[in-house]
Amino acid sequence: MHMTFWDHANPTAFMRLSGAVLPWVSGAAGICLCTGLTWGLMLTPPAQGFGASVKVIYVHVPAAMMAINLWLMMVLASGLWFVRRHHVSALAAKAAAPVGLTMTLIALVTGALWGEPVWGTWWAWDPRLTAFLILFLSYLGYVALWRAVPHTEAAADLAALLCLVGSVFALVSRYAVLFWAQGLHQGATLSLDRAEHIANVYWVPLVVTIAGFVALSVALVLARTRTEICRRRIDFLQERARRA
Amino acid sequence: MMPDLEIYAATVLGAFGATLGLLGTLIAVTVWQGARARVRLARAEAAFGSPVPERPFHG
Repeated sequence: MHMTFWDHANPTAFMRLSGAVLPWVSGAAGICLCTGLTWGLMLTPPAQGFGASVKVIYVHVPAAMMAINLWLMMVLASGLWFVRRHHVSALAAKAAAPVGLTMTLIALVTGALWGEPVWGTWWAWDPRLTAFLILFLSYLGYVALWRAVPHTEAAADLAALLCLVGSVFALVSRYAVLFWAQGLHQGATLSLDRAEHIANVYWVPLVVTIAGFVALSVALVLARTRTEICRRRIDFLQERARRA
Repeated sequence: MMPDLEIYAATVLGAFGATLGLLGTLIAVTVWQGARARVRLARAEAAFGSPVPERPFHG
């Protein structure tokens, strides 16, 4: 009998596949992060206008990118939940939220630390900074909603709805510097346009570090989704034992 | 061999330290929660049997 993709997309298949992939992704994350962060901190020169503070780019930019991309991943997973009622996708979105929350917090903290010497202030109500603060609050709300609603399927529905609404702020976080030509924050650090691109001496270690953050985020989301599936199985077994 | 960070030593080291601290905490919590869930699942399967629900929200 012919099996579709959706026939394979079930918790058992996910546990088997993620168990095989997880050690490799974790290893890649460790190698890329150690290489990229050491390279960025130790071997890159000071930049004109920024001095040695430019090295903050190696933690700030990858964290900010992952903060936005993880929310967009949650939007996709939430859409799948609404359309297909695919349970692993709802659990994957739930699993990704603490990872995205941490990435957003890192982006905010490192941005404040970087802003003080460069802009002369820890914080400004700049469009991108404000959008990131709202994104952080959206992550907090998403995590709190899953905890607050006792019925799992209702929690998945409400959290998915919040995720779709919050996607506005994820997009604003990404494109705020283009929407509003004001504020302190500079434009995109990475660009496909070579003229806008930062110098290779900074760009190459930055790409390695970004690869490390992506691999680490994937590893963490996979591991946390596996944990969520284990918890659901425990609930299932306990519920079945109560009914018996 | 630490590079010369000029007047930005506190900024750069603070940013790297905060990042590594937050990521380290997240990794530790993730590993701990995963290990705890696996132990609880093994106990539950030993006590109640081990069917694998394809729809994990439903009992």
